[in-house]
Amino acid sequence: MLLKNETGQTASKQWEPKIIAFFCNWCTYTAADLAGVSRIKHAPNIRVIRVMCSGRVDPQFILDSFAKGADGVLIGGCHPGDCHYQEGNYKCLRRFQMLKRVVDSLGIEKDRLRLEWISASEGDKVRIVVNDMVAKIKVLGPLGLPLKFKNWADEMHVIVSEVAGKEEVYA
Amino acid sequence: MPDKPKLAFYWCAACGGCEESVVDLAEDILFVVDNVDIIFWPVGLDFKRKDVEKYADGEIVVSLINGAIRSSEQQEMVKLLRRKSKVVIAYGACAQYGGIPGLANEFEKEEILKWVYEDSPSTHNEENVRPQLNYKVNGSEVYLPELWNVVRPLDKVIDVDYYIPGCPPSSKLLKEAVLVLLSGKLPPKGTVLAPDVALCDECSRKDTKPTDLAFKEFLRPNLSIIDPEKCILSQGFICMGPATRSGCGALCVEGNMPCTGCYGATSRVKDQGAKILSSIASNIEGKSEKEIDSTLNGIPDPVGTFYRYSLAGSILRKKVSI
Ligand code: SF4
Ligand code: SF4
Ligand code: FES
Repeated sequence: MLLKNETGQTASKQWEPKIIAFFCNWCTYTAADLAGVSRIKHAPNIRVIRVMCSGRVDPQFILDSFAKGADGVLIGGCHPGDCHYQEGNYKCLRRFQMLKRVVDSLGIEKDRLRLEWISASEGDKVRIVVNDMVAKIKVLGPLGLPLKFKNWADEMHVIVSEVAGKEEVYA
Repeated sequence: MPDKPKLAFYWCAACGGCEESVVDLAEDILFVVDNVDIIFWPVGLDFKRKDVEKYADGEIVVSLINGAIRSSEQQEMVKLLRRKSKVVIAYGACAQYGGIPGLANEFEKEEILKWVYEDSPSTHNEENVRPQLNYKVNGSEVYLPELWNVVRPLDKVIDVDYYIPGCPPSSKLLKEAVLVLLSGKLPPKGTVLAPDVALCDECSRKDTKPTDLAFKEFLRPNLSIIDPEKCILSQGFICMGPATRSGCGALCVEGNMPCTGCYGATSRVKDQGAKILSSIASNIEGKSEKEIDSTLNGIPDPVGTFYRYSLAGSILRKKVSI
């Protein structure tokens, strides 16, 4: 299958998972910052996007991240009850629980999408979560949606050229 | 007298409802035929592909194409019409987003063919015969179009100028579009020819929609009675009104059924399914995973619910693991 081929191909090129991390300004982003100043080492695979609150993470951002080449998406917010905007993380959790089901039915493995509550003081939890997520995604291999989209489009071109020779039969 | 502007209708992967909406113009069709020449309309008039081929490039003023694209033949036809037409309009939800046929993107082609030609209860096909792409008979060869793995909206296959949304579009939108085209004052390319506000805005029940919703459970119209006065979403049925473009006059709600989202999204939204999912899920009452999950169990088919018409045109387009 396609996924296996891709894995095989890219593994030789030293593929590394790319994870988009949406961290809320008040807790998880601060924790990631703390991890930095405390010189806590974690896998370098996350690209952090700071949002004001985990409640700002529109499910469209998550799907778009996958579509544009992310192998995983991590959302980090304040612990329940601690959201700077009272309810934002609950809204995030509800959307997350729903989106997980959709993403799963559309063939993206559960381990590629993760939500964690990490408070401003939990720098070490950033390390644990990121390392764990990277390890799990390494097992899964690349998601590779941009390549997949391209292959789907190629299907069309191949068939078009096949069909091109038989034009007259439709006339 | 100069020739009347030439107009073509064509259908691809569609149910015929869009054609029906043309017929639904009723006496307004007379206005249409007074002002334009319908030069191609397979469902209504006996013109063939070769009739289209004889026109010069760009000679057809507008082609209204409905249906999703999922076969080689559909692709060829829409490419031909694109070449011959000044303006191409994606007509209806299937052309705009893939529509109901786009839900086939949840399955593998082989799964679909096997079900249709072998496994479905109404199929009697003991030798498991499948249609062949070509076949020799009496010394000549016949061909069938190839079915693709992916169902696509029209604008993934050809350049599209405008969109008329709906499953099917209301005749009113069609008539307005014809008037706009005849007036020569063309809107900017890419415009969806329907109001750019959410359906709730034109819904007669909007005053009964509370600002704060808190869902404990979701109901389904086949299992529970819908109160004919109150906002349907506030009663716990999934109504796509908040994430759907208006223009239909809230037809389904008028018939006491929830909106399933056929007019697609407004211009600010990229993925209608993700948007309505976001809006509905965030209004669940529960705060723990367990409570939330038990409420969500009331939506047994989230893809079919939130992406009923828009899967093929959504950000992911298709089940990505197949
Ligand atoms: S949610 Fe549905 S029933 Fe309620 S106001 Fe909007 S369109 Fe009308
Ligand atoms: S109410 Fe919704 S599903 Fe019904 S016609 Fe209007 S947009 Fe389509
Ligand atoms: S501010 Fe951190 S989750 Fe809302």
